[in-house]
Amino acid sequence: MTPDARNAFERAGFSRRDFLKASGVLVVSFGAASALPLAGAQGPFDTRASHIDPRRLDSWIAIGADGKVTAYTGKCDLGQGMFTAQTQLVAEELSVPLSAVRLIQCDTDVCPDQGTTSGSQSTPTNFNDRNLALAAATAREALLGLAATRLGVNRDQLLLDAGVISVKSDRSKRVAYGELLSGKAFNLQLDPQAKRKPAGEWKVLGQSVPRLDMVSMATGQFEFVHNVRVPGMLHGVVVRPPEAGATLTAVDENSVRGLPGFVKVVTRKNFVGVVAEKPWQARQAAQKLQVQWTPGRGLPAQRDLYDFLRKQPSRDAYVVNSKDVDDRLSKAGSVVKATYLHPYQMHGSMGTSCAVADVQGSKATVWSPTQSAYPTRSGVAMLLGVPADNVRVVFVRGAGCYGINGADTVSYDAALLSQAVGKPVRVQLSRQDEMAWENYGFPYVIDQRVGLDANGTIVAWDCESWNASLGGRPGTNTPGNVVTGMLAGFSPAPFAPRAATEPGGFNNGSNAAPSYVTGRVGGTAGGAGIVASERVLTHTVASPFFTGPLRSPSRLQNTFAHECLIDEIAAQVKADPVDYRMRHLSDQRLKHVIVEAARAANWQPRPSPKPGASRTGLASGRGMACVVYEGDNGYVAIVADVSVNTATGKVTAQHLYVAQDCGPVSNPDGMRNQLEGGALQGLSRALGEEVTWDDQKVTSIDWRTYHSLMLGDDMPTIESVLIDRHDTEATGAGETAITVIAAAVGNAIFDATGIRIRQIPFTPARVKAALAMA
Amino acid sequence: MSSITLTVNSKPHTIDVDPATPLLYVLSDDLALRGPKFGCGLGQCGACTVIVKGRAMRSCVTPVSAVSGAEVTTLEGLGTIERPHPIQKAFIDEEAAQCGFCLSGVILTAKALLDQNPKASGAEIQQAMSTVLCRCFTNVRMLRAIKRYQAGGVR
Repeated sequence: MTPDARNAFERAGFSRRDFLKASGVLVVSFGAASALPLAGAQGPFDTRASHIDPRRLDSWIAIGADGKVTAYTGKCDLGQGMFTAQTQLVAEELSVPLSAVRLIQCDTDVCPDQGTTSGSQSTPTNFNDRNLALAAATAREALLGLAATRLGVNRDQLLLDAGVISVKSDRSKRVAYGELLSGKAFNLQLDPQAKRKPAGEWKVLGQSVPRLDMVSMATGQFEFVHNVRVPGMLHGVVVRPPEAGATLTAVDENSVRGLPGFVKVVTRKNFVGVVAEKPWQARQAAQKLQVQWTPGRGLPAQRDLYDFLRKQPSRDAYVVNSKDVDDRLSKAGSVVKATYLHPYQMHGSMGTSCAVADVQGSKATVWSPTQSAYPTRSGVAMLLGVPADNVRVVFVRGAGCYGINGADTVSYDAALLSQAVGKPVRVQLSRQDEMAWENYGFPYVIDQRVGLDANGTIVAWDCESWNASLGGRPGTNTPGNVVTGMLAGFSPAPFAPRAATEPGGFNNGSNAAPSYVTGRVGGTAGGAGIVASERVLTHTVASPFFTGPLRSPSRLQNTFAHECLIDEIAAQVKADPVDYRMRHLSDQRLKHVIVEAARAANWQPRPSPKPGASRTGLASGRGMACVVYEGDNGYVAIVADVSVNTATGKVTAQHLYVAQDCGPVSNPDGMRNQLEGGALQGLSRALGEEVTWDDQKVTSIDWRTYHSLMLGDDMPTIESVLIDRHDTEATGAGETAITVIAAAVGNAIFDATGIRIRQIPFTPARVKAALAMA
Repeated sequence: MSSITLTVNSKPHTIDVDPATPLLYVLSDDLALRGPKFGCGLGQCGACTVIVKGRAMRSCVTPVSAVSGAEVTTLEGLGTIERPHPIQKAFIDEEAAQCGFCLSGVILTAKALLDQNPKASGAEIQQAMSTVLCRCFTNVRMLRAIKRYQAGGVR
């Protein structure tokens, strides 16, 4: 942290202890649990002590005198259906109708701090035995206890139904939830002994409850953050630098003074914005504003990106290292080597990001689509120079986000502009500002060497990757991790090269290790496979662009490389790709989804490429890929049937078969919707999406220059097989299918044509060129 | 600034506005409608679509003066929460949305096509939707919903 950032952090009310904690260097052993400071009780997500104590039941659940349940959550709906699923969860545990539950999402005035809604963590966090689920179970048990006293019977004599507790033997003896508490607080702690209802008894959870927001969305009544209107609200438009690294030299306010509705030009270091009475006026003024910038710092040539990544100073880490890989490879019967390449890609949200801020003196309210309400509160406080406790962030849904789009940065934009004019300001980014400056998904170069014995069995797997990173989620104390914070004078998290050290344990959260290795670190094997000679080394270098966790961050890129390579090896030893995977896996749940996907696809065992694979005409083929998402957060396998027009190079997916095991399913149709959307978003990324730039600036700045699949494009049919397991914890399900699709399509292209393409995206030009080279 | 009269969802409005202002800005800001959305401001994604004279129109690149005196229909002009229009009902029945931001453009583009050409082929539907975007990629469900509406609510 720079001294400026440090000062802003302390002005926001964070102590030196918070600073150290946020910096990850604090090691304190607390004494008795009762002495534990509040912030320390907030698990891995804490930003700082919130007045909402997550250990207290009343922080999560309130029962009105009318019996209605209000639930408070720190995990929000980004379009993935989490609003409906969490409402189902609360209704289920409390045995009330869905209509009796009102869910409040991510309002820092009333909701507990659950960090960021990300990483497919909402389900594991809130749907197992902690947090919201535990709160709802605790509330139910508390209500039963109160009813037992009120009705003078043991609680095992009681029956719960629709918010009413009655005596089993005499149903006329009854009491409603509302009467038990009369609108008062529970005044209880979460009870770790409170038991969840067994999945086998669920009536509401586990059902395909229709999305609670569906009708209002379809009829144009749903309130997005874009629709928030505050009395006296003005409109802001930001002026970003024309080139990467350009800094502000002059702004001529006279160039816009007198324009209709013009209110003010706002600058803060390199941040420039214009405020006007109406949005079109603000946009016009921003266009006319004369701003002088220094030239940009220059960008590496796009065609050399992957070499560039290899040559930069890097921060290195071993994920696993059995230390015998070189030896095993040197003695192997044969070694398969390949390099896979994945470009920068963008979130490219459907709507450009928007927020409304109302800064009055030292108090601020921000209506924001951020996935990180509490961290955004901290970032806004630092930017404004006010205590974090004076900032309220109210989540209001934006367009689908998939990681970190412009939601956080536009919240900062609105806050800075509102502070400058002392009135509420709404900012919605332009398409170009959204796309040119968002935090892109990481580019990757992945080298792999795999040794085989005489039987074609894998004996060693070596994987070494380079990726580029800059900024990311701002977290507690780094608003410079997104463009507005950086322009306003805060630095992104510093990048420090570092040599690799041996791993302390096996963590495959980024799926850096393929499924086929044992993942043995310190005597414990955490992987899904049997290959014991294993080395996974990652290099992270400084990125010329902001990066961030785009849906399935790193997991997708790594899985593309691993799952294509296993297919290459299977082809080399003339083995069926499904059988060959199964031979090298130990994890039963992963094997199960492979079997189910293959069954759904009517997979016929044979090696790839298929007999008669064609480099002319319309070729068709099939490909498989699988993964344990994040090493332990969902099991998925996919089969893709694709066709390749060898004349044009155009790849079209015909059918997808996806099998998924994410433990107990909260809402089967909602899960299918996520799975379908993930598969197709992944298909779009595999076939066309790539951030482009020239020597100074990003050039993929709209839907003509950034190539997404559209609604009219040919789409595959999708058959999904959900394995609804009740004997395990619930895992995430929003990033599974997207992780495996690129590899499955690459493998299917190979099956169809015998051509292996190792670089995303599989554009017609790239496919055609590969066919021509063959 | 000049005074412009237009009819939106059967209600007449007279507004004092720069005639070059895109229709979308008038609908979202002056009239506070939630249906039409700013997706790109370039006429590339469809989020801002409205129906004028039976045709789908991109309101983000249409100056409000171009629809002076015309009848404009937005998503909220089709049906209500209590009584959704059959095409809205088809999307509801198919659960054809994720974040929902594109929904207005998807529904209105499809409706304009099918009102003009009720027997549109699959290829014609794809053609009409070729410049409409859903970044959550609810494509399969949305196309199913369009076909459900075309078939009179059944599939």
